[in-house]
Amino acid sequence: MKMTQVAVIGAGPAGLAAAIEVARAGGLVTVIDENARPGGQLFKQIHKFFGSREHRAGVRGFHIGEQLLAETERLGVEVLLDSPVYALFPDRTVGYVHGGREIFLKAEKIVIAAGAAENPLAFPGSTLPGVMGAGAAQTMINVHRVLPGKKVLMIGSGNVGLIVAYQLMQAGADVAALIEAATQIGGYGVHAAKIRRAGVPIHLSHTVKRALGKDHVESVEIVALDSHWQPVAGSEKILGVDTVCVAVGLTPLTELAWLMGCEFAFVPGLGGHVPKHDLNMETTVPGVFIAGDISGVEEASTAMEEGRLAGTACAEALGLLDGQKALELKTVIRERMNALRTGPFGEGRRRAKECLIGLSLEGQA
Amino acid sequence: MRVEKHPILGDDRRKRDAAIIVDGDRVEAITGEPIAAALLAAGIRKFRVTPRFGSPRGLFCGIGRCTDCVMTVDGRPNVRTCVTPVKDGMVVETQAGLGAWADES
Repeated sequence: MKMTQVAVIGAGPAGLAAAIEVARAGGLVTVIDENARPGGQLFKQIHKFFGSREHRAGVRGFHIGEQLLAETERLGVEVLLDSPVYALFPDRTVGYVHGGREIFLKAEKIVIAAGAAENPLAFPGSTLPGVMGAGAAQTMINVHRVLPGKKVLMIGSGNVGLIVAYQLMQAGADVAALIEAATQIGGYGVHAAKIRRAGVPIHLSHTVKRALGKDHVESVEIVALDSHWQPVAGSEKILGVDTVCVAVGLTPLTELAWLMGCEFAFVPGLGGHVPKHDLNMETTVPGVFIAGDISGVEEASTAMEEGRLAGTACAEALGLLDGQKALELKTVIRERMNALRTGPFGEGRRRAKECLIGLSLEGQA
Repeated sequence: MRVEKHPILGDDRRKRDAAIIVDGDRVEAITGEPIAAALLAAGIRKFRVTPRFGSPRGLFCGIGRCTDCVMTVDGRPNVRTCVTPVKDGMVVETQAGLGAWADES
């Protein structure tokens, strides 16, 4: 059987950052990813990141992806692609498939960095071709350079909805409107201002009533909502669009953590059920760590910091770093992570994370 | 429709170096891009119809999770077109229901 010291599942920002820290400490690390290319969702993020300079603010997502890959390569980290992980065993053996063959990898530590998937939204016509996740549309335009449609309705005013609406316009699509069921915009004001300046109306307190069309979306009906979230009769409007993008949040991809027997907590602010973890990103199963969106949906910048933390903790647990050195490294990472979790949006996530870590530590006491 | 020019990403200089056959028609493609991308570029949006009601489905999640985009590729049913790369000469068919293996149909 193939052996490694640390198996990292997922070659996105969290997984790669974890692997880099293990390799930097001199550890043997293997990254496994089901996709054909590493980088996770970084390569579709063509906007500049927020935060301070240490967080590479002002750098576009795909450039951060390139930097991570270059570092991974420089350190000689093994990255196995086209290899979906389908099994985890109590002795920390990882089962994956490559080229139609089952392969087993025995690891001393596991970092699960599986990411998240977009939430669907059910409404009449929501299964018609042309209704898709905003992230799926973003992948098509920015990575594969194909427009999923010509005229788009965006549902949801979180950062994904706002940013993808703008990027659809950059790719040449017409965005007819952005609707939001709540009474206020969910994402950053600067992103909302950009699409408003471009002439896209943002309809607050509006939802989708149905998508119409035979073989694909030909139009969509939207409706205003009253203060009790009920449709206002007579407020329906038909928009002639061929594409409806759904940006209504993400859910952590936690299957592998469930499989491993990790304890979970339900934290709505983090996207639902998330594995409990301590300050080192270690779950309730010793030797199994998590990082990135699986531990609560946040941004790529926090995912990378969580990955670094998990990687450093793995290296420490393996004796590759002494306690003093590990503590220094982890303190710096935690400080950067806390700085990311500030402001009106970060604050809520920081509280949610503290609640999750608090629950986990309680369980250990 | 392809995004030929882009204010951030620049011009797309990739060559359309492949062709796939979609329900009998030739569709230009780029080796390695997902089958779904080649189809959307050609304006094809309906990838399959459901087993019971025959209702149309297309790309939804784009990351290989939802399986709404599955089609029959080279005689193999239920291939996730959003994560399966194009190879020159691939034969892609709109899938009816659960599909069938080429040698069973």
